[in-house]
Amino acid sequence: MHSFGYRLNGLLTFAVTILALMCAITSLSDNFNTPSPSAEIKIMNINWFQKQPQGHDEVSLTMNVSADLQSLFTWNTKQVFIFVAAEYETRKNSLNQVSLWDAIIPAKEHAKFWIHTSNKYRFVDQTGKMFADKIVLTGYSLPEEYR
Amino acid sequence: MDWQGQKLAEQIMQIMLLVFAVTAFVAGYVLGSFQMMVLVYAGSVTLTGLITIPNWPFFNRHPLNWLDPSEAEKHPKPQVTVISKKKGSKK
Repeated sequence: MHSFGYRLNGLLTFAVTILALMCAITSLSDNFNTPSPSAEIKIMNINWFQKQPQGHDEVSLTMNVSADLQSLFTWNTKQVFIFVAAEYETRKNSLNQVSLWDAIIPAKEHAKFWIHTSNKYRFVDQTGKMFADKIVLTGYSLPEEYR
Repeated sequence: MDWQGQKLAEQIMQIMLLVFAVTAFVAGYVLGSFQMMVLVYAGSVTLTGLITIPNWPFFNRHPLNWLDPSEAEKHPKPQVTVISKKKGSKK
């Protein structure tokens, strides 16, 4: 600590090390937060159902998404990314997951919302026959005629 | 800075940084803002730097006693006689 530069170097190194420790502790403090989000998705309508030229099935839906995700936001949260995915089973694959819609929530104020939207991304199944005799969507309430 | 001053500067620096780090973390946690924590911490680092880095007088309270030049002349440095062995020299 005998010169200006030596003291400056020591101070900055120590300060940055402590800053790193502080950031690690803030990440750990996130574990104290138990999130309790709630979400509900309602399929309002199945707009159309077509077979693409390559033989893949495609479907277009309109859904109501309502959610309350405010408890997910802690002081260490920058943004929350949410998406709606359709999971289904075909004869070829036992599990298919297709993302239909997503959004980024930048702040806590926007975390409680309700949106009426059609699927953002095309819902295409690659193996040809997506739906057999019935459409089973778990957790969603499906209009009567498609059940 | 003298030796005591250097030790004092280092101690002040370490203690201040640790105390202010804890303060900044608590402030950020209570206010729920990561930005506040970093701002408070940055301010405290600057403050610590202002106190410990420049050569303030209170760091020089135990100055070293250098020998006075006139006194030094009275006691000349002992001359070191160099005995060099030259290879192949005959005496």
